[in-house]
Amino acid sequence: MINILYAFLVVTGLGLLLGFGLAFAAKKLEVPKDPRLAQMEPIMPNANCGGCGYPGCAGYAAAVVAGEAPIGLCAPGGSELSRKMAEIMGLDSAPVSEKMVAFVHCIGSVATTNKDYRYEGMTDCNAASLLFSGDNSCKSGCLRLGSCIKVCPADAISRQEDGRIVVDPDLCIGCKKCTAVCPNGVIKMVPASATYVVACNNHESGAKVRKACSVGCIGCKICENKFPESGCKVVNFLSEIDYSSSQAQIVDAANACPQKCIVPMRGGDVEAGMNQVVAQRD
Amino acid sequence: MSYIAILITYIFISNFILVQFLGLCPFIGVSKSSESALGMGMAVTFVTSIASVVCWCAYQFILVPLSLTYLQTITFILVIAALVQLVEMIIRKISPPLYNALGIFLPLITTNCAVLGIAIINITEGYNLLESFFAGLAAGLGFTLAIVLMSNIRERLDMYPVRRAFKGVPIAFISAGLMALAFMAFDKSLLTNLHLV
Repeated sequence: MINILYAFLVVTGLGLLLGFGLAFAAKKLEVPKDPRLAQMEPIMPNANCGGCGYPGCAGYAAAVVAGEAPIGLCAPGGSELSRKMAEIMGLDSAPVSEKMVAFVHCIGSVATTNKDYRYEGMTDCNAASLLFSGDNSCKSGCLRLGSCIKVCPADAISRQEDGRIVVDPDLCIGCKKCTAVCPNGVIKMVPASATYVVACNNHESGAKVRKACSVGCIGCKICENKFPESGCKVVNFLSEIDYSSSQAQIVDAANACPQKCIVPMRGGDVEAGMNQVVAQRD
Repeated sequence: MSYIAILITYIFISNFILVQFLGLCPFIGVSKSSESALGMGMAVTFVTSIASVVCWCAYQFILVPLSLTYLQTITFILVIAALVQLVEMIIRKISPPLYNALGIFLPLITTNCAVLGIAIINITEGYNLLESFFAGLAAGLGFTLAIVLMSNIRERLDMYPVRRAFKGVPIAFISAGLMALAFMAFDKSLLTNLHLV
């Protein structure tokens, strides 16, 4: 009987001793955490998207506090987070950076773009890209197999009814995962404030583009020459919009575009967007 | 038994992973890259060395006088878990670089059967305090040897076209089995041949 009591006492006593010992040691050996880090961790977006190049939000916050990383790398947090982080770090002004969102620079669909062959492989853009750069006749357009949808941490990318892949600029957190996974580089970052985007990625000459796709930019320069205030500039047969310009005539340029590939960014459906633009102008 | 004989015994002849099959969890889990494998090996060596000494003391000075030796398993687990936590705190306080190198592995070792294994072996073999320490050290070094070899094999395996059904852990276990066969070559006669016994 006394043995059982001893056993009970030894195990309980040991447990209590070690427990209190650890609690005491934890107090005594506590490593003071940088108070700035403690303030910063709760305001991080905690999307852990890795877009900043650090292992998760906590990693980035620690790097900023240690002075190893600049403020403003966090795309999901945007300028609001930059301002708060600068405040915590005791800086006067936050580096202002425009929020960038991903945009699929291609509005080709089954109806508009010709096929070279019928692809029956894995539903993966990079797999399809291995076979003659994909099944589309246009070798720089969207393959529409949706690899970007799978990597998007914010569920901002979706497939339209006609198969086109569209990024919702309001949901996009700007982590650039989709731009990295896209084999054709058709997803590029544009400022979130952009109104119109040239939705084509094909740098080939007009004749070649016309053969492959009915909505590709043919480099006709109508937007650049007729509407110099639109901010459009044709480089290598592809119109590019200078988002820092005033873009005053961009609506006219979009309407005049023979291929109708200058589209409103938040239009959702291109047709409806165009109608809306026409209605606005009239 | 001389200390060198103890070292050789637990590094090669009774290697914890490849002969006694203890501590297989971190052996498979942390052997994907040689860098983390070395970190894990160092952490285990550190813990087995200290735990051997502390458990030996707990056994000889608490359990034996009260004739409660049947409580050794639960006592050792308690002592080891608390010890690892304490060691983690101390390292974090006094040496941040070492904490960054070992820190994430230490909690994994808290209830590792290799650590408990060496504590119990020390008792059953009847080692004294210093012999226990060397046995713990050697067990950790043997663990490090096995996990580092394994991680190098796995790094190379990643580059070979392995059948999908075998990719990853299955082929790692098969490799571990072949390594274990190779370690069968070390037996007690090694000690005799080296004139250590």
